[in-house]
Amino acid sequence: MKVEQLGEGRAVISMPYDTLLIGDPVTKVIHGGAVSALMDTAGGAAVVAHPLAGLGTATLDLRIDYMRPATPGQTITATAECYHVTRTVAFVRATACDADTDRPVATATGAFTVAKGRA
Amino acid sequence: MKRPEPVIQVKRRRDLALSVIVNQVPYIEFLGVSFDRHGDQLTATMAFHDDLIGNPALPALHGGATAAFLEVTAIIGLAWTSLWGEIEGESLDIEAVQTGVLALPKTIDFTVDYLRPGLPRDAYARARVNRSGRRYASVHVEAWQDNRDRLFAEASGHFLMPQRDG
Repeated sequence: MKVEQLGEGRAVISMPYDTLLIGDPVTKVIHGGAVSALMDTAGGAAVVAHPLAGLGTATLDLRIDYMRPATPGQTITATAECYHVTRTVAFVRATACDADTDRPVATATGAFTVAKGRA
Repeated sequence: MKRPEPVIQVKRRRDLALSVIVNQVPYIEFLGVSFDRHGDQLTATMAFHDDLIGNPALPALHGGATAAFLEVTAIIGLAWTSLWGEIEGESLDIEAVQTGVLALPKTIDFTVDYLRPGLPRDAYARARVNRSGRRYASVHVEAWQDNRDRLFAEASGHFLMPQRDG
């Protein structure tokens, strides 16, 4: 995974296609678990990148909806943003796309802990 | 009365069916997950390795690794439960299946609750199929480490069942 963009409660992280990540041997589609891991990573990074949040975070919950199978061979990019941050909890939305950026592969919503704020 | 099938034969058939289901998925090996079978009950183990750490300061397991582990457990548990009848009824032609592949359920949605930090050691998980229909299934997964009663994560998800025979 590679961080493409980071700042102001927003993170973009990409995950190149790899045969090791295949979940469905017939279609060669990447395993949902790998997409979950990407979403969680992007969500956590977005929280840490938020000006009100501390240096560390932990996932409280994460819900992922799979809209369609990712196209085999294409890099999956997840964009996560904190849409609300309190003193203790950050609420995050994330979207994952492959090369076709108009139709998301998956969307996620999650709650993350906020470490003692810097503000 | 028909004599019961020898235990060795029963175990061989069940273990072979399980290995066919599990070994076809590259991601399961990548994550370091294995399955133990007792009768029809499966327990998944994610063997600890340093790549699974998310927070080096604690250290704690990465939430993504935990989510992936639970999702793998749910999918394999669901596939196993839905094939159990055929495995036991000996209607599943394992020799034929070995050379091909078995279609797996597809995740529709998956929600993970992180109850406490994952420790840097092996993790275990079991799936329970709460509802299994022709098209959709609902599965719950519980994961723990040292103590079965102290779950570190749980999840539930909905899955689309593979359509067989057209």
